[in-house]
Amino acid sequence: MLNKIKSLMSSLMLVELLKGMALTGRYFFARKITVQYPEERTPQSPRFRGLHALRRYPNGEERCIACKLCEAVCPAMAITIESEQREDNTRRTTRYDIDLTKCIFCGMCEESCPVDSIVETRVFDYHGEKRGDLLYTKQMLLEVGDKYEAQIAADRAQDAKYR
Amino acid sequence: MIDFFAQIFGSYWPEVSLTAWTLIKIVAIVLPLMGAVAYLTLAERKVIGFMQVRLGPNRVGYAGLLQPIADGLKLLTKEIIIPTASNKFLFLLGPVLAIAPAFAAWAVVPFDLNLVLADIDAALLYVLAMTSVGVYGVIIAGWASNSKYAFLGAMRSAAQIVSYEIAMGFALVGVLMAAGSLNLGKIVLAQVGGFWQWYWLPLLPLFIVYFISAVAETNRLPFDVAEGESEIVAGFHVEYSGMAFAVFFLAEYANIILVCMLAALMFLGGWLSPVPFLPDSFLWLLAKVAFLVFLFLWFRATFPRYRYDQIMRLGWKVFIPITLVWIIFIAAMMQTPWAHLFH
Repeated sequence: MLNKIKSLMSSLMLVELLKGMALTGRYFFARKITVQYPEERTPQSPRFRGLHALRRYPNGEERCIACKLCEAVCPAMAITIESEQREDNTRRTTRYDIDLTKCIFCGMCEESCPVDSIVETRVFDYHGEKRGDLLYTKQMLLEVGDKYEAQIAADRAQDAKYR
Repeated sequence: MIDFFAQIFGSYWPEVSLTAWTLIKIVAIVLPLMGAVAYLTLAERKVIGFMQVRLGPNRVGYAGLLQPIADGLKLLTKEIIIPTASNKFLFLLGPVLAIAPAFAAWAVVPFDLNLVLADIDAALLYVLAMTSVGVYGVIIAGWASNSKYAFLGAMRSAAQIVSYEIAMGFALVGVLMAAGSLNLGKIVLAQVGGFWQWYWLPLLPLFIVYFISAVAETNRLPFDVAEGESEIVAGFHVEYSGMAFAVFFLAEYANIILVCMLAALMFLGGWLSPVPFLPDSFLWLLAKVAFLVFLFLWFRATFPRYRYDQIMRLGWKVFIPITLVWIIFIAAMMQTPWAHLFH
């Protein structure tokens, strides 16, 4: 009986509602956690999986040996590779396409690569403006690799002891 | 001022000068009201953002101050889609019926001593009538859309507004008994004497019931089952787009400001100053309304939506009995030596 009266009084006095309002009222003055994106960015891990790149050795030779492990492991079947023997009898790709609209950014191509050729960079804010813009060819991937090589190498070095 | 018009149009034509002067007064009320509504939408997004530890819109103009203008332009350029299966006349009449009463009710609101468009003695009745007419816009919009969600939303909204109108009306009866007048200006003047003389104190239960009913009346959270986006998409205005939708939006926010204005006039002393050493001013009324509107936003940021049967239970089984008991209590107290406390 006493409890009933108590709960009746507390609901008539809007106790719990006022408690809720006190909470939101406190948060009204709390420091805001919004990251203002183009000006501010959230920190990234060296293992970040963004846009793909094909790397080269320091002497300018492309790393990829067309073993097609990445093509085989890719769960989204986003990678297409064709290969040929070059004049110096090494096997090289003639075609290396990644369809970024299929890619799920799982990082398995990177993991499977025996020569650290295909890697994923920290770049995530790229875009395409027409159909086909996101089908990255070998040339485009190599260009991405050339552009970000310093960052890519630094990230691999930092992560080396865990691999 | 009216003499000035008499000079222009000639004193032989007094009707014209009176009409022109009245039109100017109407514009002087409606334009600031539209501006207030536009910036209320920004304030709402900002306040809710802040309570959710976000910043809210801050890109358009300095700190997002031009956001309402950008929103307005966007809505103006969008297509107004009229569903083929709808009743076209009623479909377009709905928004008009929603916004017209929301603005018409402002005719009797006194902003300061003698600063009122129509100083009529039945002002309170007029306001109640106008806010009730607003529900026709919602019902007609919901029915004319020929959509099940719109229809359900309209039914919910109608039932809810009718239920809470009763509690709201009873709460206002208490104000009438205390003030002895239906004229809003006289109700304010009956509260002269500072903060502790305003009606919020002797009529505290009625004030709370009135304010919560006002939230329900304007279909705002936590009573917004008429929109209920998780169940019926957007309720009665689900089929509206572009400016037709914007008109409903304007009506909703104009109604919010209106009910807050009435609460400020009837329970918080209108333009009266809370302390004797400061002068009475229109600014006090603005501050009180701003505080009450802020409460609306605060509620929205805090409370989850009521279930529909809980809304009905609260309206019929809690608010109406509370108001009835308090009215009888006031009536009894007025016959005792403590009657001055309730005047």
